[in-house]
Amino acid sequence: MSKDIRIRKGLDINLVGAAEQTTSKAVTSNVYALNLDDFHGIIPKMLVKQGEEVKAGEPLFYNKNKEEMHFVSPVSGELVEIVRGARRKILTLKILADKTQQYMINKVPDLDTAKAPVIKNFLLQCGGWPFIKQRPYDVIADPDVTPKAIFISACATAPLAADVDYVLKDKEQELQVAITALGKLTPGKIHVSSRRPNRSPFADLNGIELHKVSGPHPSGLVGTQINHIDPVNKGEVVWTISPQDLLMIGELLLTGKFNAERTIALAGSVIKSPKYYTTKIGAEISTFLYASGVKEDRFRLINGDVLTGKKTHTEGYLGFYNNTVTAIPEGDDYDFFGWNKPIFNKISNTRALTFSWLMPKKKYDLNTNTNGEHRAFVVTGQYEEVFPLDIYPLQLLKACMVKDLDEMEQLGLYEVAPEDFSLTEFICISKQPHQQIIREGLDLLQKELG
Amino acid sequence: MKEKLHQLKLKYQGKKMAPAFNALHTFLYTPNETTHSGAHVRAADDLKRTMNTVIMALVPCLLFGMFNAGYQHYSAINGFPANFDLFEHFLTWDNFWLGLVTVLPLVIVSYGVGLAIEFLFAVIKGHEVEEGYLVTGMLVPLIVPVDTPLWMLAIAVAFGVVIGKEVFGGTGMNILNPALTIRAFLFFAYPTWMSGDKVWVHGAVERAGTADAISGETILGYLAQGNASEISYTLSDMFYGFIPGSVGETSKLLILLGALFLIFSKIASWRIMVSAVIGALAMGLIFNGVVDAGWLPEYSKFYTLMSFEFWKHLLVGGLAFGIVFMATDPVTGAQTNRGKWFYGFFIGFLSVMIRVFNPGYPEGVFLAILLMNVFAPTIDHYVVKGNIKKRLKRLKTATIYPKTSDEVDSLKTETA
Repeated sequence: MSKDIRIRKGLDINLVGAAEQTTSKAVTSNVYALNLDDFHGIIPKMLVKQGEEVKAGEPLFYNKNKEEMHFVSPVSGELVEIVRGARRKILTLKILADKTQQYMINKVPDLDTAKAPVIKNFLLQCGGWPFIKQRPYDVIADPDVTPKAIFISACATAPLAADVDYVLKDKEQELQVAITALGKLTPGKIHVSSRRPNRSPFADLNGIELHKVSGPHPSGLVGTQINHIDPVNKGEVVWTISPQDLLMIGELLLTGKFNAERTIALAGSVIKSPKYYTTKIGAEISTFLYASGVKEDRFRLINGDVLTGKKTHTEGYLGFYNNTVTAIPEGDDYDFFGWNKPIFNKISNTRALTFSWLMPKKKYDLNTNTNGEHRAFVVTGQYEEVFPLDIYPLQLLKACMVKDLDEMEQLGLYEVAPEDFSLTEFICISKQPHQQIIREGLDLLQKELG
Repeated sequence: MKEKLHQLKLKYQGKKMAPAFNALHTFLYTPNETTHSGAHVRAADDLKRTMNTVIMALVPCLLFGMFNAGYQHYSAINGFPANFDLFEHFLTWDNFWLGLVTVLPLVIVSYGVGLAIEFLFAVIKGHEVEEGYLVTGMLVPLIVPVDTPLWMLAIAVAFGVVIGKEVFGGTGMNILNPALTIRAFLFFAYPTWMSGDKVWVHGAVERAGTADAISGETILGYLAQGNASEISYTLSDMFYGFIPGSVGETSKLLILLGALFLIFSKIASWRIMVSAVIGALAMGLIFNGVVDAGWLPEYSKFYTLMSFEFWKHLLVGGLAFGIVFMATDPVTGAQTNRGKWFYGFFIGFLSVMIRVFNPGYPEGVFLAILLMNVFAPTIDHYVVKGNIKKRLKRLKTATIYPKTSDEVDSLKTETA
């Protein structure tokens, strides 16, 4: 049964600098990089030495705890640098790309006859697996566990995020192949949620439950949809995958080639002409950033959207899971009597001399200023207004802070990912780091119970 | 100036006095702090803005309290004006001046002592000065009698801030509302100064026993003594606030306006306010019902208060002020939305009950709120437990597959 999910609690953050729906091809990057920070909780074991050549789709390293799980190179070329941090932890792998790309061709299983283990193995070996994430813990899926369902959010409600329908246009074939393959990995359903189910690229696909979702952000977050469709219970596992990553799995299954190409949105008020680019995972951000032009010298560059993305810089690389790059002004300036004068140019969900409630359609140019200092939790009832999950957000955050495992579990920590707390973090009057608190809570829970 | 302060901030960084300097600095300028982890943009509100909103809602009450202090004083001496005119008799310079010289010292002592302790603890413990006391410091002068000696107030504030708040870890951690802790300390330490018929009007205490003696009895005082007939105040006096009482509690109109402002700005919980009013009305109705049913003889000492019409309870005493500004304190109140309904209801209910059954000190609202402060975590516990139970119930239908199940296809046929 497809559901009609209507979200009332939430907040749309309208920012200036949304990407125009035209796509250009980004200049080919010289160096591509994989940031190992993107693969939370994975301990890498290198398969390639520094200076060796790899093909696109050839494994670079595997997961120490699950040797079959390979992480492949997005391009062919020479592994020129392994950047290490404290205690020789691998931070980044840099590959100097060949002028003409060479792909590793994998033997594709026949989807009509292939059984689950075959598909699983193919994805693990050929680099498609890391795109699949699981809840609880919001980490790369454990291939030994069968999920009760798979969730795909085919609508992006986060500020300035890439439009899913636009980037998936005319890719029905790849999507169908990926859906068919994933469908064999779960006895449950594949739930897809879209704003306009009839016009979505998923509209005519087989093997899915298509839901209509409406309402403000975070209605587009997969966590919200899971909570409303089929919440995760203790012991249960669901998988989530972003539509664009699904596309890559589809292509991998169709051609046997790991094609790291993806369409990304370059957005934000700092960008002169925000629009879409086709580029590859790990490409230098500068290859498309300066094509669109920047208005200021100093700005915050974000791999992802402004609520959940990772901070990067102009010499940074496109993240493994990201299809949005955002640039917003830095806000490291003082504001004279900023705490008591009326505010018209910032967003707020209160009306304490803040006037964003008057203009719900207005687009704002927000910067990275915290608009206040870190404080203890004081105000109550505010998070609930933007938190549509059937979970007590304040109590869960406090349980994570005091590391009370029982309470974390009872209050439903295994249902959430840090991104579900991005909006409560945005409105937090005490400027508490909600996503970090939840991430640490999840890590602790996984370590103790996992 | 911006640059100079920035240089000073860098100079003080890591030093012992840094929190004290930063508190003053952030008062002038919202800091240049940017996001590091998590969401890269943040909403406009911070704790200072939140506290400031409450203070803005309190300022009309404070100003009215100043005028009223003068008005009550001169009226007690010269008699109440026959044809009351707002501008001629109330909003006069004389009234305001008297109010200013009696009330302003209370405000100064409250803020001075309270903030000094806050700064001291911040420096000792090395954390930033939190804004909680900005509201407490404003509430305290509004809930005490106008002639409260300043040294008493200073001791009470010190007690309230240290024992009521700092020992628990400061703003956000306290169990009892600090302003009410201060009020309760004053009440139990200096009862003669906090109740009776002399303290509510400026000058009444020092004139007591002399030829110039004036009365300063509150409406509740009259009621508690069974002298309902002596009340000369009209309903509109009670509503607009031209009656004796604690400094800021008298004008129900301005409290109502403050309440609407706080609800509109989403700073205070409307759930607590509405349910507290319902609770007070419910208890009042029960008492009225008991009297109407004839269960209570007229000579009973509770008769006058119990027969006091139920809705008038909201117009006299500090009940309205307590409901709007004290019960809604987010730190000490219930934290869940459902819990707030119960929490508010019992505050209203118990306030009127204490008021009626304890004629010794007829104002029950501060005791009721303090009592419910203690019970707020219990209320929340049961509300949250409901959510936990729902989750456990869901668990019964959970679909958990065994690990390394390669037989997904067979599972599929089983579940189909």
